Amino acid sequence: MKLSVQINEGPYTHAASDTAYQFTKAALEKGHEIFRVFFYHDGVNNGTRFTTPPQDDRNLVNLWSELAEKHNLDMVVCVAAAQRRGIVDPDEAKRNGKDGNNIAPGFRISGLGQLIEAGIQSDRLVVFGD
Amino acid sequence: MAMLHTVNKSPTDRNTLESCIRLAKKGGSVLLIEDGVYGAIKGAAKADTVSNAMSGLSFYVLGPDLKARGISEDKIIDGIKVVDYNGFVDLVSEHDTTQSWL
Repeated sequence: MKLSVQINEGPYTHAASDTAYQFTKAALEKGHEIFRVFFYHDGVNNGTRFTTPPQDDRNLVNLWSELAEKHNLDMVVCVAAAQRRGIVDPDEAKRNGKDGNNIAPGFRISGLGQLIEAGIQSDRLVVFGD
Repeated sequence: MAMLHTVNKSPTDRNTLESCIRLAKKGGSVLLIEDGVYGAIKGAAKADTVSNAMSGLSFYVLGPDLKARGISEDKIIDGIKVVDYNGFVDLVSEHDTTQSWL
């Protein structure tokens, strides 16, 4: 089955990003296709590679990046939510005159159309949030 | 058209469990996840509401989230089934749509 996941919460609020990660991992291991993972609102905080938690703490940014690499996941960060929270890729950094970028590997910045498309193209869309 | 409802907050924190039970259509399912698992405990604030809703709705609770909060399965309201993440995925695929009560 084709599934998509929407995440509205960062790694340090409640448990939404953890649940979404475990759900996505389980779905992939069961042989389902993940069409897209869409990070919206505070969920964009999952996509900054500058996140540096203590070494004995789970690192969700890295976990998402590793899962994306292993399964060729399409992980999209909402551009408007990202700009508000200072999450930028090289193109956005250039366009907005920033001195650097912080997007984590496996993530890309795009618009809400990607969420709508995920809803249309997938058999199921599951939302995780606050 | 069967719908899966997920509730992720304690019934003492938000009223999402109550709203979900009030509005869910018969034949649907409710999965308690994250702090929502507190709603599955026997004698908890909304335990009667949950028990009474079981005639029309199936109830599930995410086992790993129970464990993370130190709640043993014998504390759970009779009739609520414990599932793991694989079970969560199965519930999503078995129902036509998923509604997250956020």
